[in-house]
Amino acid sequence: MTAPLLDVRGLTLHRGTKRILDDVSLTIGRGETVALVGESGAGKSTIAVALMGLIDKGDAVIEGEARFDGIDNLVGLTEKQWGKLRGKRLSMVFQDAGSALNPCYTVGSQLASVLRRNLGLSRKTAQTRAVELLENVGINDAAARMSAYPHQLSGGMQQRVMVAIALACNPDLLFADEPTSALDVTIQAQIIRLILDQTKTRGASCIFVLHDLALASQSCDRIVVLYAGQVMEAGRCDVVLRDPKHPYTRLLKSCVVEIGTQNLDPPEGSVPPYEAMPAGCRFSTRCPRAQARCADERPPLVETQGRALACWNPEWTR
Amino acid sequence: MLEPGMDAMIDPANERVATEREALFELLDVEKVYEVTKSEGFLKRSRRKLAALDGVRLRIDQGASMALVGESGSGKSTLLRVLLGLTEPTQGLALYRGRSVNQMRDAGPDFARDVAMVYQDARGSLNPRMTVGQLIAEPLRHFGICPEAEIPQRTNALLARVGLAADVAARYPAAMSGGQIRRVAIARALASNPTVLVADEAVSGLDVSTQAQLLNLLRKLQKDMGLTLIFITHDLGVASYLCEEIAIMYLGRIVETGPTQAVLDNPAHPYSKALRHSAPEFFEPISDPLPGEIPSPLDLPPGCRFSGRCTVAQSDCLANDPALTRQGQDRAVACYHPFAMSNISPEGIKERHVTF
Amino acid sequence: MAINGTTTPIAAARLRRSGMTRKSMFLRRPFFTMALAITFGFALCAIFAPQLAPFDPVAQSIEAMMAPPDSVHLLGTDSYGQDILSRIIHGTRYALLIGLCSVALGAIGGLVLGVAAGLASGKTEWILLRVIDSILALPSLILAVAFIAILGQGVDKVIIAVALSLIGPFARTVRSDVLQVKVQLFVEAAGLMSIPRFTVIRRHILPNVLFPLLVQVTIRISEAILVSSSLSFLGIGVTPPTPDWGLMIAEGRSFVSFAAWMSGMPGLALALLLIALSIVGDAMREEFDPKLRTGR
Repeated sequence: MTAPLLDVRGLTLHRGTKRILDDVSLTIGRGETVALVGESGAGKSTIAVALMGLIDKGDAVIEGEARFDGIDNLVGLTEKQWGKLRGKRLSMVFQDAGSALNPCYTVGSQLASVLRRNLGLSRKTAQTRAVELLENVGINDAAARMSAYPHQLSGGMQQRVMVAIALACNPDLLFADEPTSALDVTIQAQIIRLILDQTKTRGASCIFVLHDLALASQSCDRIVVLYAGQVMEAGRCDVVLRDPKHPYTRLLKSCVVEIGTQNLDPPEGSVPPYEAMPAGCRFSTRCPRAQARCADERPPLVETQGRALACWNPEWTR
Repeated sequence: MLEPGMDAMIDPANERVATEREALFELLDVEKVYEVTKSEGFLKRSRRKLAALDGVRLRIDQGASMALVGESGSGKSTLLRVLLGLTEPTQGLALYRGRSVNQMRDAGPDFARDVAMVYQDARGSLNPRMTVGQLIAEPLRHFGICPEAEIPQRTNALLARVGLAADVAARYPAAMSGGQIRRVAIARALASNPTVLVADEAVSGLDVSTQAQLLNLLRKLQKDMGLTLIFITHDLGVASYLCEEIAIMYLGRIVETGPTQAVLDNPAHPYSKALRHSAPEFFEPISDPLPGEIPSPLDLPPGCRFSGRCTVAQSDCLANDPALTRQGQDRAVACYHPFAMSNISPEGIKERHVTF
Repeated sequence: MAINGTTTPIAAARLRRSGMTRKSMFLRRPFFTMALAITFGFALCAIFAPQLAPFDPVAQSIEAMMAPPDSVHLLGTDSYGQDILSRIIHGTRYALLIGLCSVALGAIGGLVLGVAAGLASGKTEWILLRVIDSILALPSLILAVAFIAILGQGVDKVIIAVALSLIGPFARTVRSDVLQVKVQLFVEAAGLMSIPRFTVIRRHILPNVLFPLLVQVTIRISEAILVSSSLSFLGIGVTPPTPDWGLMIAEGRSFVSFAAWMSGMPGLALALLLIALSIVGDAMREEFDPKLRTGR
């Protein structure tokens, strides 16, 4: 088995007394798509931001290691070292393309400047390459759209431009942070497919940050379920989501409203604040199967039956 | 309680259950046109008409639960403002119990008491300098729902009804979570004992477990209080969970209405069908059933407004604009070729549009 | 009601957190604490001036003319032999009185004008805006000079002149706050509830405008004191022999080369008060203005 593209071990992020990420481990192979799912405060976006070296330093302390294709410690790199990686080997598609694009420059010049800066292309070749990239992401009449400002494009088109910029330097790993949550449903599928197609043709890996389990099952090979900064369950989508063993994954799945859903039975309650977080499994305050030790002892993330599971009392019976 | 002579104007598509239930809201060919100035180069501007609503026909019965579904630019928000009497239709009639909504609103507080609203941005709809208790007491006092001495008791009862503890009454909105703040907004809307609850994306942008809690709450409230629910959403799953009836909007027009289950099981309009299949479903291959994007309402295509993205458009679709007409017992659709391609699976639709 | 169980710890944690920040504000901002202490010192001077001052501030003495600071006259005397320390202590009264009253009057005027301009539309709005613009067109000192020219001299006239010159800036900030608040959803929601317009303004718009105005007031007090002292310095504000700092600086001007304490001491007092007030005002704004506050 070849080494995975990205191997994160024990990633922990403290901010003051708050432990935002608590011992997160995950791997992603070459050409693989992985979904990070969980509710707000689960730390899924924070993981992406930390692995892009974009954590606002302030009082943040990052521990743990992240190996990325020969680079030993991704989270410990200096800003100068990041300059050679970010946008070139790792890049990101943000949730809100409208605010991620600079409103003062045309999309063409933003795309061309990325190409010139990162790949050292000449002005002319950068222009030609930019038009090609825009055509690649399904923008009709790309040459004319080069001179459009972001606000002149619809949300879906802006997101396509974002994808084009993120993929301009053929990165090995793309983070897509809720790339469609600001878009209409009929546009959502277009963009997800676009990202999947584009990463596949480049052989790149992709980490999706999602909150929609059904969308994760449709678009990703593997899934990592997070709760309050801890990994609860991880594994192949079809294994984990068809038959979730962790009580939290079960809760998440039971709350999905699909067409024809007749009854929902959500437990009351919500994520506790960091001050009230238990030392052990953070889900234990809401868990229907919590035992005495759950709040004090953190269950280890163990590989069992084709998945990784962090639970003292998983639901093996269906 | 229709005014005499009004019957003739009612669209046949909406006549169906007139005998069973009283119509609360009726929209008769409502049109709302905004004038916009568009700059065409330096110092050159042209005035153009933007039809936010165009020939909307809708009937909402007492006790019904109606989902208004559509994407951005579909005119949901404008329709909502017309229903609430916040804006007057340019053409057509918006009636509440047979009387014009705008007249009702001007006539006094009765309409405001009857029709309560829950905003999408619940936090923004609550004055940040008032406590939850004060916020709920405001409608109680304004509409004279109960004597002054009973207000605290009543407030607690309302909070309990939406599943909040009595001690939140002393808190400010800023100290509450997204799920709680929506519960407060619902409690405030219920304070006036309304007949109709209008909810604009009341559960969107929340975590799934919180969303599920709220959906159950709304369902329970509707059943227990006999509320008429008008629920605006973009999520068909939510619509089907909460509402018996559905109206699907596209570019300022209702393109299909009917019982939610019937419409979603077998959509008649190609747009409804596309919407139905773009909702993510577990383990189904991802499909993008619709090419292109919603065109600008400023330059609508000739003929049917959906024809540009429609997979089954024919020559008549490009020539004429179909109106909402009756389709079977209790459904209505604005399409010349309803149910077209219903024999082709969504996979088939997908295959036709892998390249665009 | 399982939700009760989880809301209470959140509430407790939030309260704990906000309590912590409030307690530590003085520790977090040492300059603010110092400035606040100085401001309080001046206020005490103003209140207990007759008890604190060692001499009568207007008692003249030929023996002790232009005496440098010594053990009797701690800060020296001026050209009439009046004790400078006593005059500074009494001058605090006038500085603070003029500052507070004129800012209060100006803020009330600005509030009325700003709310009216923010809520009006069409021609009324246009006229109100032009009024505000014309007040804003001139610096407050020049405006105050113009008003003094019309009103004449004296403490009460200075207060009115400074207040009038401050209406412009107050009205502008109030109007922009009103414009922001009146499009808020909760104002629309109140209208939807058929609550009368006047009640909406009183209950929902005013409270949201008043708070930023109060913060503005703390910042503007120092400006008002500076303007009033400038008026006295120019000889058109308070009339002699009132112990006013601006007046004292002006009187000592001609002797500055050999009796620097005559202008220097009141100048120092003025600078100290103004700096202290600005630090307090800025800290208040940073602490309470939601626009400058990041995160919660």
